[in-house]
This record gives sequence, structure tokens and C-alpha cells, in this order.
Amino acid sequence: MGRLSTTLCGIALDNPVIPASGTFGYGTEFAAFYDINILGSFSFKGTTRRARFGNPTPRIAECTEGMLNSVGLQNPGVERVIADELPRLKQIFHKPVMANVSGFSIEEYAETCAMLDAEEQVGWLEVNVSCPNVHGGGMSFGTDPDAAAAVTRAVKAVTHKPVIVKLSPNVTDIVMIAKAVEDAGADGVSLINTLLGMRIDLRSRRPVLANTVGGFSGPAVFPVAVRMVYEVAGAVSIPVVGMGGVRTAEDVIEMMLAGACAVEVGSQNLVEPTACQRIIETLPEVMDRLGIENLSDIIGGVRHG
Amino acid sequence: MKNTIFTIIENRPLVPSIFRMKLYGDTSAIHNPGEFVNIRLHGFYLRRPISVCCVDDGVLTLIYKVVGAGTEAMSELSIGDPLELLTGLGNGYDLSASGARPLLIGGGVGVPPLYELARRLTASDRRVSAVLGFNRADEVFYEHHFSALGCDVTVTTVDGSYGVRGYVTDALPDDYTYFYACGPLPMLKAAARSTVTAGELSFEERMGCGFGACMGCTIRTKNGSKRVCKDGPVLHKEEILWDD
Repeated sequence: MGRLSTTLCGIALDNPVIPASGTFGYGTEFAAFYDINILGSFSFKGTTRRARFGNPTPRIAECTEGMLNSVGLQNPGVERVIADELPRLKQIFHKPVMANVSGFSIEEYAETCAMLDAEEQVGWLEVNVSCPNVHGGGMSFGTDPDAAAAVTRAVKAVTHKPVIVKLSPNVTDIVMIAKAVEDAGADGVSLINTLLGMRIDLRSRRPVLANTVGGFSGPAVFPVAVRMVYEVAGAVSIPVVGMGGVRTAEDVIEMMLAGACAVEVGSQNLVEPTACQRIIETLPEVMDRLGIENLSDIIGGVRHG
Repeated sequence: MKNTIFTIIENRPLVPSIFRMKLYGDTSAIHNPGEFVNIRLHGFYLRRPISVCCVDDGVLTLIYKVVGAGTEAMSELSIGDPLELLTGLGNGYDLSASGARPLLIGGGVGVPPLYELARRLTASDRRVSAVLGFNRADEVFYEHHFSALGCDVTVTTVDGSYGVRGYVTDALPDDYTYFYACGPLPMLKAAARSTVTAGELSFEERMGCGFGACMGCTIRTKNGSKRVCKDGPVLHKEEILWDD
């Protein structure tokens, strides 16, 4: 076990750095830049039961120190992911991968997770509850503790792999949602998903995104993410994966002090394809400077008073 | 694909709001005309995708239009400044499809990527026609660069202040074997409708990453979903689904 190693739901990671879903595809684009086996793991593109085209373009808008996206869960569907993407991934990535799953009904989540449960490459199921619930009036599963708990129970019933529920920050009390999914059997939580945002083009006076609104991410959201990770980690006893605006080795350490046992890196991969490589390579020297022997020692180590 | 630091050796306006930037650096990842680079700019989170005009011995030429804060910041960069570029992005044009008499159709800031294409095509003894469209006489650039290569060049201006009055589609030659187009969407649409042969058109979209990871620029085609940055920006005329 190296200085950077950590554990996520019983699975050892060489380091806590995990590219976040939707910013890393199924790995192939990044394998052109560096050996992605240096990563702790990565969370693949949000996968649904059936193929989805996603939203019309423009899907991307720039913000100060961040971006909006309204990709809309474009993916080829779980069958094609299993048939095409996972075999391709096997050639370039030799560690357990995090399977990110989305759905629009409880049945859909369970079906997709059951299919991915059979894949040996999948180490964890990361269940994104930010999608609208088509049977529940369109409100996001992740904004309703009962709906989030129901998805968690349905997924837990079809898999023996660790289930990590990815939480939406677009709620009044994220701790309440985290506790609800913990009570429903979640093995971990990851947070934060993107913050709902909007930009307007001043010349046309129209929304920049064809979908009007989209998810805000990037360095600008980092303090919000640290606060939410800190609050959730203090309230649940399951592992917490921290993410939201992480850009540097220092950010990884800050997330871990807030209570994260692993850290996902999202948007930074898009603007700096070698971001995760840089973070992993600079972690040891930053740890030396801060007097940290082993990263796992600092999880939840924020001091008070 | 390669992410490297280039040094700016020229950055000046060719005509109002259209700048030419020359950069020295590692161009080894750039292969086909019609590819683009993605530029990291200080103070802006997302990179700026700009098509490659041409490459000569480690010197990369970009021609860009100042349309917003990012390209304005680009226009203020000085000779000697370093610039981080992701190179070798996009598919580029397929030269092998050209036939003996290819036609190039360019509109405004869509003209530059056709220049390297014209160089390659004329170098392999194709008889190249180029129809280059602009709004007004004072916006016309690179006409003589194309004619110096031996291209048969026609310039159109919307207001008739230079060359043929009208749009590129008002000045298409009768005889060509294939076409290559780059320009604003209405021009591409008109070009696809007015051309009588198969051809290739280069598209623009707002991009997150520029290398196929984020799915931010995906459009529908007759051959399924395509990422403009990775599966494009050049698409075949036959596969394009026009909105109307």
C-alpha cells in the first residue's frame, strides 16, 4: 500500500483520483494522452437502459471559472455499453471501473444495474439520482428523500456490488437525502452533481443553451462542494466520494479533510486532458509540504476550535 | 492529438475583425486540412476551437474572427507570448475523393481551412476552383493566396462592392467533380442544395472538450449521432440532416 492509497467500499484504490462521469467518456479519448491505469478508477459515461441522443445543441456554455452543460445523458444504452465499450475498455484499463447509471423510472434503474452487475470489470455502481422521475411528476429522484431511497432499495436488490448514490446539490438539505439513501442500504454516496444554472446571450437575448438550463461545474463550485461533503460526511457512516470543481492536488486534500475517502475530478478533464495525471503526480510533493504521511490518515481530518 | 506550448510569432488583423496568428511549435499531430486546434486562454475556462489555415515547417497559421471576449483576448496577445494548444483535433477533409476538378466553397472565416486543402490539391495536380464569399469589399482576404496556388478564384460579396454580387451559390462553376465547403450554417445549407456532386462540409458547434469526451457538440446525422469535434467537423453531404 502506497502513501496515496485509499479504500472505497472495501475496494482498494492506488490513489483517490477518479475522473467523474460524463467528463471521461468510456476512457478511450484519454488513453491517447496518458496511461489511464495510473488512476484510482474512473466513472464511465452515465448509462441508461436504452440509447439516448440527449439534448439539442448548443449543450455547452462558458461561465467564470466553470461551464454549463445540458448534454442530456447521451449514451448508447446499457446493452451497447456492455457489448462495445466494456470490451474496448478492457484493453486499456485493468482496474475495477465505476459504472454510472441513470434512469427515468425505478424499474429502469434496477434493470440497468442488474445488467451491469454481471460485468466483472464493474467495481461499483454509481447511481445518479438527478434525473427526472417520469412516473413521479418529473421531479428529480434526487430531490425527494423517499424517491431516492426507493431507487437505492431497488438497485441494492439486484446487485452485490457496492452501490454509491450520486447526490444532487439542488436541494434544500442534502444531508436529509444522504441519510435517506444510507438508511435504504446505499454503500456510499458521491457528491456533488452539477448545480442547475443558466446563461443568456446578450445580443440575441436567448438562453445560450438550447435546453435553457444546464448543470454548472468547474472550479467555481468547489467551495459549495467542500461544504456539502463536510456536512454529509459528518452525518452518515458510509463512505463519501467528494467532487465538484476539483482542479489540483491541494483540492483533493481539502476534499479528503472535509470527509471524502476518494475524490472525483470532472470538468477539469475537458479543458486539461492530462489533469488527473498532473494531480496524481503532484500529490506526493504537496503531501510532503503539508506534513501528510498517508492520504488515508487525513480523511475527515478538518479541525475545529 | 498533442497538448503543447506554442510561441506567437505573428498576430495581426488581415481585415477589420479578422486576425491572422502564426505560431511556432510542435505541429507533428496536425495531419489533414480541415482539422482544428483548441486554445487555452488565460482567464477563460473553456478553450477556443480554431481551424487550422496551414502548416509550414513548425509554423502554424490560424485565421480567426473576433466574435466575443475570448477571441478578443486572443487578438490582444503579443509576439513572443506562449499559448497552450491541443492539436490534431477533428477528422479533416478527405483529399482522395476530390476527382480531377474539385470545387472549394468558403464563406468569411470559413475560408482559412480551405487554404491548406487548396495547397494539397494543387500540389497533386488537381484543377481547383474556389468560390470565396464575403459581405463587403473591405472584408475580402486571401483571394490572392488562392490564385497564387493556381486556383481559379471567384470572389462574391453580398453588397456587390467587390467581385460577383450575391452569395457563393450565385457563382458556382458548371464543371466540377466534387466539392469542399466551410462557412456559416446558412451558406453550408445553400451550398449543399446548389451543388450537383457529392462533397464535404465543415461544421461548427459550441464545444466542451474538443476531443470527443464530453458529448457537448453531438448532432444527428443519417449515420447516427456524431460528435462534431471528433467524428467531424467535416461531414459528407449525403449524411447531413438539415433542420428544415
